[in-house]
Amino acid sequence: MNKSKKKWRSFQEFLYILPFIILVLVFSYYPLYGWVYAFFDYKPPKPLSKELFVGLKWFKSMVENPVKVKQLLGVLRNTFAISGISLLFSWFPMIFAVFLNEIKCVPFKKFVQTVTTIPNFISWVLVYSIAYSVLSSTGVVNTILTNLGVIDKPILFLQSAEHVYFKQWLWLTWKNAGWAAIMYIAAITGIDEELMEAARVDGANRMQIIRHITIPSILPTYFVIVMLNLANFLTNGMEQFYVFANSFNKEYIQVLDLYVYNLAMGSGGYSLSVAISILKTLVSVVLLTATNKFSKLVRGEGFI
Amino acid sequence: MGFRKKDEEEYKSSGVHYKQSFGDRIISIITYIVYSIFAFVCVYPFYYIFINSISSNQLSERGKVIFIPLEVHFSNYASVMKIDGLFQAAKVSLGRTLVGTAIAVFTSAFLGYMFTRESMWARKFWFRVVAATMYFNAGIIPLYITITNLHLLNNFWVYVLPMAISPFYLILCKTFVESVPKELQDAAMIDGAGTLRIFFSIMIPVIKPILATVAIFTAVNQWNAFQDTLLYITDKKLYTLQFVLYQYINQASSIKALLNGSSGSANIAASMAKMQTATSIRMTVTIVVVAPILLVYPFFQRYFTKGIMIGAVKG
Repeated sequence: MNKSKKKWRSFQEFLYILPFIILVLVFSYYPLYGWVYAFFDYKPPKPLSKELFVGLKWFKSMVENPVKVKQLLGVLRNTFAISGISLLFSWFPMIFAVFLNEIKCVPFKKFVQTVTTIPNFISWVLVYSIAYSVLSSTGVVNTILTNLGVIDKPILFLQSAEHVYFKQWLWLTWKNAGWAAIMYIAAITGIDEELMEAARVDGANRMQIIRHITIPSILPTYFVIVMLNLANFLTNGMEQFYVFANSFNKEYIQVLDLYVYNLAMGSGGYSLSVAISILKTLVSVVLLTATNKFSKLVRGEGFI
Repeated sequence: MGFRKKDEEEYKSSGVHYKQSFGDRIISIITYIVYSIFAFVCVYPFYYIFINSISSNQLSERGKVIFIPLEVHFSNYASVMKIDGLFQAAKVSLGRTLVGTAIAVFTSAFLGYMFTRESMWARKFWFRVVAATMYFNAGIIPLYITITNLHLLNNFWVYVLPMAISPFYLILCKTFVESVPKELQDAAMIDGAGTLRIFFSIMIPVIKPILATVAIFTAVNQWNAFQDTLLYITDKKLYTLQFVLYQYINQASSIKALLNGSSGSANIAASMAKMQTATSIRMTVTIVVVAPILLVYPFFQRYFTKGIMIGAVKG
């Protein structure tokens, strides 16, 4: 093959992927241009013009305008609370996997694994629909509690401002824990059987084996999960909180992702919304790089 | 041979012979109880909604149906199919799932393969350009403006195109292609097969297992997607099932309108038990929306599990 033919061929291969590269550029890179809206007073459908340029006004308003400051602090409190609770209980899927592995009846184990992973694959809208059905005033929880005489009038679990963070964590766990456990189950399967056997010969009981063999073997996996949790600390996603939000709990349920949406779509604060999402992206990138660096430092390899 | 087998058996059974201590047995019992509760908590809500959707609507409205269906009838399913827009939403959901999955599987496979072609111009650079998109996101408004400029508002393709290329699945495929012996491609090339020919007749059959995983994950994501309808669609004809279900839960008034529209005077004679209520519609639609996932999951569980495992190896 001569040189020019080779060159043409190498370029031809690029042409094959060009349409897809264009798609990526259009949907992932071109929108970045929209960040300029953070420096204008953008009110659609008016196009951007020099007169509308406001410089850092929106960024300043986040720390200067008392109303905005109060709002933002509330939103950050919610974000930190929900991410914090998730981080605090991030060991739950690991323990779930450890004890699931202790079950010797294989069909039961398989059954538990299957049914606890299913919720991960249904949408938040469906989760909300389930929550609504089960917890409404005529739902099963209230009916049973009333019949048992625990309460005399139905508790409105969803229309309440109490324990919002904890409730949202419960739903998140209901949805994700079984699925998150799969990674640990795989890690446990990888543990050398001889190690366990040796411990048993030495007279270790179950709890001792769990404490001294199983858990130490899967801690590296847990470490990665914690790092990812930290990297995504500001990102809760908006869908869960959007569907569960109502006028009773809105003060506590509005996390950063939902706030960015509400600002733009609800109250028309387009430019401020863009400004906040820029800051969020920057902080998230810093968090990701930092946790990745830390991971490299601790276990010799990063997770990106 | 026989000797070895006996040896093995002895070895296997040796683990069982250790007598369980009292403490171990207590742990065993507690484990079974706790996991039964977990399983119950995950299964029961689906069961509860299902039995309510087939029970007397009057009884379910008052919360009387808890463990066994009462006065079973299936007319709810027939009635929700008659609701204006629901059938249309089912078509849209199904359409986006099929089209979206087909496209995503193709792009992941094709790009995954192309990015292993060392001869390609600036291969590493373009791969980085695509892979980097995993880690940033322009945000709601910039994306909204982009979608508007592309005239994709109220357009079916907004469900498919922005999600057409997923760097994560692309990398899954690329890793898989890299594990296929290079000789396979070389032999085909000597036989005169070009880049595309190698992809379609050699690579696709070889990487099928990973494509199944990509397909199943994309399909679930497409079926479950909600946010894009919320942001980009105002045309009722393009609503998805997820979106319609959300509206049913939140807007009692729209449900009432639907009831008046669909029942009319013909239903006066129908028994009270089968009269549609807001609850019956909500529960029935929930089952309709969740059924595909529940039916598909047990059969494809291994593909799901494989997906997270490959991701974990990378992570």
